[in-house]
Amino acid sequence: MRFITSEEISNAVKNLIINSSVSLPEDTYKGLKQAFEKEISESGKTVLRQILLNAEIAETENKPLCQDTGLAVFFVEIGMNVAVRDKNLTDAINEGTRRGYSEGFLRKSTCDPLTRKNIGDNTPAIIHYEFTNGDKLRIMYAAKGGGSENMSGIKMMRPSDGKDGIMDFVVQIMQAAGPNPCPPNIIGVGIGGNFERSAILAKKSLFRKLGERNSDHELDEMEKIILERINNIGTGPMGFGGICTALGVHIIKEPCHIASLPVAVNIECHSHRHAEITI
Amino acid sequence: MGIKKITTPLADDTVLSLKTGDEVLISGVIYTARDQAHFRLVKLIEENKPLPFDIRGQVIYYVGPTPEKPGEVIGSAGPTTSYRMDKYAPILMKLGLKGMIGKGKRSNEVKEAIQKYKAVYFGAIGGAGALISKSIKSSKVIAYEDLLSEAIRELIVEDFPAIVVNDVYGGDLYEEGRKRYENKYAVND
Ligand code: SF4
Repeated sequence: MRFITSEEISNAVKNLIINSSVSLPEDTYKGLKQAFEKEISESGKTVLRQILLNAEIAETENKPLCQDTGLAVFFVEIGMNVAVRDKNLTDAINEGTRRGYSEGFLRKSTCDPLTRKNIGDNTPAIIHYEFTNGDKLRIMYAAKGGGSENMSGIKMMRPSDGKDGIMDFVVQIMQAAGPNPCPPNIIGVGIGGNFERSAILAKKSLFRKLGERNSDHELDEMEKIILERINNIGTGPMGFGGICTALGVHIIKEPCHIASLPVAVNIECHSHRHAEITI
Repeated sequence: MGIKKITTPLADDTVLSLKTGDEVLISGVIYTARDQAHFRLVKLIEENKPLPFDIRGQVIYYVGPTPEKPGEVIGSAGPTTSYRMDKYAPILMKLGLKGMIGKGKRSNEVKEAIQKYKAVYFGAIGGAGALISKSIKSSKVIAYEDLLSEAIRELIVEDFPAIVVNDVYGGDLYEEGRKRYENKYAVND
């Protein structure tokens, strides 16, 4: 059994949060650059130029890319031969979140859902755990903004709706979202599982590198068709009109009940801040 | 088309001269307010109490910036999604609010109020908070400090970049822009 102290985890989490708030990952920057070259609308090009410039300013001036520094979302893979000392893993991650958002001068966006009173330290983080082999701990982090999250959707479809029904649903969600989720977007789709599992899959799919193909041939085909249909809606960068509404569509599927076809669509904005560390 | 430079408070002829799709650079004083601040402003109005600032001719920016680091004027400060303020915006326009800066679609009620009260809705680039913060020259919390990032701030801006989305003539950039580029995406790979 290998031991890691909770302090080491909190520290790693803090650094992931602070660094990714100012530094756009390479895959996102590249995707935006390609979109800039492809975009035919003038205002769309202006927006993309400014988004790229914003990334450069954020990096050099150490200033958050976006004022919505998100809820802290984690996918954690725990090797079966690793254990955490001192505090439990959830507390360690929340402590890292607390420090990251405070020491990084990031916006605290968690609040009570009814009184709307701000919690003050951006906890609790949203954490999903999975168990794997080995003695490592892999922590994947994303800062998830409210604007794009709000336009997401879930539907318990009929099995007879099939692939076409699923693709129509994803496109409808993006039609309804319009300019609100800060396009160009990355669209995470979770198919199968059950009600809550489909939403987790949709979120998880956003962690795949932008530009990386789906290893499942059928899903890869669906992603291409959906991407084309979304980019034909015309929404464009920030909704001012254009052909770059989606930078990518990512699908994950899992078995579901014979009576169900759960489909979740999680929209991610162009400020696609994600980072990971293996301890 | 060129970029129009405008200053706040917005005079009626300035508002009338702005058309959907116009790129503008805004200079002068603007006020920040988002969900909770709007809730409180409208409550004051309902109770016939004075607002923390004279709203006539003013521009409200829907933003909740990141905390400023020591020595900084303001943190990252891009727009938040405007529809959450739709319920309150017509009430403020009735009292003389002339401009709103945010991102995303407005309700029909807001669009009607924009025409009725001669106001304008500007779109700023969401997710460009570091870039936008460069046009903010000073920032002072004037109300609701307890709301943290949602407090009302008086900002002095210089050449704040935005684009006219809804004008007094009923124009809507989101609808027009989308229609123009519908089915224009060709797959070439
Ligand atoms: S949707 Fe994304 S880019 Fe837009 S304001 Fe929210 S976090 Fe920032």
